[in-house]
Amino acid sequence: MSAVLVWIETFKGQALNAGREALGAGQLLAERFGVPLTAVVFGPNAAAIGAELGEFGAVNAVVCEDTTLSDYRLEPYAALLTKLVQEHQPKAVVAIGSSRGRELLAASAADTDSSLLTEVLSLSVRDDGAIQVVRPVYAGKVLSEAVGSAAGTQFVALRGRAFQAPAANAGARASVTTVAPVLSEDAIATKISSFEEEVGKVNLTDAAIIVSGGRAVANNPKDAPAGVPDATVWKAQDAFANVLQPLADVLGGAVGASRAAVDAGYIPYAHQVGQTGKTVSPDVYIACGISGAIQHQAGMRSSRVIVAINKDAEAPIFKLARYGLVGDLFQIVPALTAELKKRLGK
Amino acid sequence: MQIVVFTRSTPDTAAKVEVAADGRVTWGDAALVVNPWDEYALEEAIVQAKNAGGKATVIALGPEMHNDALKHALAMGMDEAARVQDAALDPADSLSYATAAAAAAKKVDGVELVIFGKESIDVGSDQHAYQTARKLGWPMLSSVSKIVAVDFAAKTITVERLLEQGKQVVTSKLPAVLSVTKEINEPRYPSFIGIRKASKAVIPEWSLADLGVSAVAARTQVGRFMNLPAREGQVEMIAGTPEEMATKLVDRLLEEKVL
Repeated sequence: MSAVLVWIETFKGQALNAGREALGAGQLLAERFGVPLTAVVFGPNAAAIGAELGEFGAVNAVVCEDTTLSDYRLEPYAALLTKLVQEHQPKAVVAIGSSRGRELLAASAADTDSSLLTEVLSLSVRDDGAIQVVRPVYAGKVLSEAVGSAAGTQFVALRGRAFQAPAANAGARASVTTVAPVLSEDAIATKISSFEEEVGKVNLTDAAIIVSGGRAVANNPKDAPAGVPDATVWKAQDAFANVLQPLADVLGGAVGASRAAVDAGYIPYAHQVGQTGKTVSPDVYIACGISGAIQHQAGMRSSRVIVAINKDAEAPIFKLARYGLVGDLFQIVPALTAELKKRLGK
Repeated sequence: MQIVVFTRSTPDTAAKVEVAADGRVTWGDAALVVNPWDEYALEEAIVQAKNAGGKATVIALGPEMHNDALKHALAMGMDEAARVQDAALDPADSLSYATAAAAAAKKVDGVELVIFGKESIDVGSDQHAYQTARKLGWPMLSSVSKIVAVDFAAKTITVERLLEQGKQVVTSKLPAVLSVTKEINEPRYPSFIGIRKASKAVIPEWSLADLGVSAVAARTQVGRFMNLPAREGQVEMIAGTPEEMATKLVDRLLEEKVL
């Protein structure tokens, strides 16, 4: 079986939607190579998930529901993916380059001495069979073309939101093959002891809309209650929770932040957008009180529509923005939230 | 017991990086700095090695420009530095890098922990860290935001990892490879005495023959570099009262069908 394999990431027995983008990219490759598209799913519910991926173009699904694979861990996942690659010699292995996807593909590419291209924004196949991609380098300040090695299996990890999911073909089912795990529990050096889920929060890198705050959120006109250890930090945290979050909520989006806001302790690092944070490319990026330092731009400039709200009309963020609103975010953002509630009927 | 950190020199984060007419990537007269993510790895290695009474060694792969990063690391307080230099080595290819890095880590006596920064900003990737772990045959713990406990005698480590859906606590056997995120610590600035000492340090060069490995042919090739496409269109400034601005902006966003 020569094929293009697409690893579909799951969480708590459900496929992450971003996996459909990987099937979209996988389909481009499968058609070009003239081989079937095969989904690879490990963990609880893998057989049902794999079959249903037929709706998004998977012809076959290779699955394993063994308990050693219940929670994602690199060692058992990589060992099994590596075995599949060695046995089937696929043309390519594709996945979304989430933190799990990146390490899994890197590990299996290392095991099989194969080429690996990560953070892929677009791809094509050359006449000699090598996959050629465009990917960001220098913290997203420059793009680079890179080419894999047609001699073996070519591994490709995609940037999220860079590829389209295939059109759904309702009711189509992939043909499912169940495989056995490679490692027994005794042979796995890592044991997960707890997981604290961030419930109800939209993941920044998946978000279609991001509302982001900078240092200016500390100009919150609300008075900090007596006795808080740091009134400025309280005001900024209150602004993120009660001014920016409601706007994100009405849009079904996520809250981001500049490095300045994170470093000042206004919001946890997980929200940081920019060179030392996350790189995002939502449909809409609303920058509130963010001046737009080059490091921040590196993380958000590929957003489709950028809206800048800033008191300083000279702020560099206005050079990137499609729409610029000069004024006080504490007046504009609540007005925007109210208007959207009305217009979107929420 | 020793802890090894891999680092490299990259252009300063504030530098304007672009592709020159001749196709090369340039960053004007901006200084080379230690890859910003690696500062967290270096800080953690210094602290953990001191706590355990061990040593911390920093290694870079590639040409002499990486000595800048190594000297910064020594100035911060790393005990030893080395640079792997070999004409046959292509450190831009992760597989070539990982093969040499794994051999270099094993050359360090009693190494129990290898720490990487989350990513190298120049090559825009973290794959070399995971591949080094695989070539060592050691477990990989990525995106570590906290070392909860480490016991070098019992050879176990417990860490907190920052994943997309939340925080995971996981225990692993040592030796292991870690990649660390910004939440793990506050990197120190090099002291004046540290800088003076580091400036005089002679950094040993290791060839692939010294490491006992042969070169791995690069599996990937980098083609041309390109500047980012300019963002299309001019900014449209929306004026008025906050309510008027809100109405006009929502009109525009609905017209663009992005909501």
